[in-house]
Amino acid sequence: MGVETEFGVHYSHPGSRPLTPEEVARYLFRPVVEWGRSSNVFVTNGSRLYLDVGSHPEYATAECSTLDELVAVDKAGERVMQELIDGATGHMRADGFTGTIYLYKNNADSAGNSYGSHENYLLNRRTEFRRLSEALIPFLITRQLVSGAGKAIGVRTGAGDGGLHGAGATEAPIPGPPEPHFAFSQRADHVMEGISSATTRSRPIINTRDEPHADAAEYRRLHVIVGDSNMSETTQLVRFGATDLLLRMIEAGRPLGDHQLANPIRAIRQVSHDLTGTEKLELRNGGHRSALQLQWHYLEQATAFVRENGPHHDRVPAVLDLWERTLDAVESGDYSRIDTEIDWAIKHRFLSRYAAKNSLDWNAPRIAQLDLSYHDITPQRGLFSLLQSRGAAARFLDDAAIEDAVDNPPPSTRATLRGRFIRAAREADQTYSVDWTHLKLNDRPLQAISIKDPFQTESDRLDALIGHLRHATGGESASSSVHPV
Amino acid sequence: MSQQYGSSFEREEDSSNGPDADPTPAPTGAAGQTSTADLDSLLDEIDSVLETNAEEFVQGFVQKGGQ
Repeated sequence: MGVETEFGVHYSHPGSRPLTPEEVARYLFRPVVEWGRSSNVFVTNGSRLYLDVGSHPEYATAECSTLDELVAVDKAGERVMQELIDGATGHMRADGFTGTIYLYKNNADSAGNSYGSHENYLLNRRTEFRRLSEALIPFLITRQLVSGAGKAIGVRTGAGDGGLHGAGATEAPIPGPPEPHFAFSQRADHVMEGISSATTRSRPIINTRDEPHADAAEYRRLHVIVGDSNMSETTQLVRFGATDLLLRMIEAGRPLGDHQLANPIRAIRQVSHDLTGTEKLELRNGGHRSALQLQWHYLEQATAFVRENGPHHDRVPAVLDLWERTLDAVESGDYSRIDTEIDWAIKHRFLSRYAAKNSLDWNAPRIAQLDLSYHDITPQRGLFSLLQSRGAAARFLDDAAIEDAVDNPPPSTRATLRGRFIRAAREADQTYSVDWTHLKLNDRPLQAISIKDPFQTESDRLDALIGHLRHATGGESASSSVHPV
Repeated sequence: MSQQYGSSFEREEDSSNGPDADPTPAPTGAAGQTSTADLDSLLDEIDSVLETNAEEFVQGFVQKGGQ
């Protein structure tokens, strides 16, 4: 598994000339370019750091095989980004720009442009893609009840994106109340298609680009681009954990019923804007189901599957427990048993209390600002971080685990080999090229290493190459730093 | 406002603090209940970390779409 996060860039300096996101991104990536001679690098924890379409800083986690690894490596990405902010702030001050850089781990700007949180799951090639997607899409459309990041919806200005990607927006009007309200998802209003090979033009739920970065005869990649970016560790646990259970059931051939939706894009918006979870969604077979009914169905199936086959990791009971409590909360309208654990409920709790205290409506600019602040990754001012530090947001990892994941790759996948290679090459001051499957010293192209097995964690060839490097540098590597400041 | 924590992108960090710093983290379960007082105080304090002109601030955040 892995997750790719695009961050929103915002520079604020009231009363002064605004800087464009492009200009700020250049400052942010200056140390990256100095470090890796490119704005597209792999860092020592095996993850990829780069500047993506629209000047969005992007962080793609290393391959992870456990939920603990995945959430730790993802949260480590926020710290990597914070270091970029710190560096850029200094350089910008020196150039006379004394405003503040904000990086948001969210999915939309104030003009309705969207950017994503993309999940990658490695699947067995034998599973037929059509059967997979038919079974999975109704789950993904209703998953926002559990893993949505929540959003205060102000004045409705029409569907979907403005700006560059507005073309398709009029085709799918947003259902839901016209008055300001709170919705489950940041992303739902920006999804344009069920399945597609495109990502920016017509944002689908599942992207068909099948780049397994592994033996393509054995594996395929499932690229899910419908999710909200999550701040909460526990929300991520249930998001990735429940999706993994669904995929395991599909791979095992377990029948999940025919719940294909008549209009997936209309349905995903209906679900997002209906906090009761009860609005009926039209099925292709003529029937109707609510988001809650579908999610209860998938939870029951997953619970039975685990009962029959046993839990495949030690977090399974926690995933099922939080999943169930969240559906209970939506059904009863009492969020008190999940409002420290599920992003939308954590956010809803604080924003609704702030609104009540200050007599504000969901469309107040201050509420929109707080909504952004929830996703602000800077610890001493970001709302999520402040809530977490006061116990209003739960976690299952700790700071030490996340700090460790900033520098060290997850131990259970080939990312551990990538991390070792990058560290050794830098210690020996050698230029190198790395991608998801290859490790190459530019001076020794014949000794390039290809690692097609994502679960490979040992390599004699890598040991030999690192041995050569140490020998060639006369053992001086011990004194040279990987991270010259 | 200035942010000073973490040094820079490059870190002078020792890599050998063990692969598994967190062997048995507590299960998630019903999380610690927040004291209402703590949340109440944050409701008061949050204004001090937000920039003052909310509307201008929010409208100022416009970026091209990503993927």
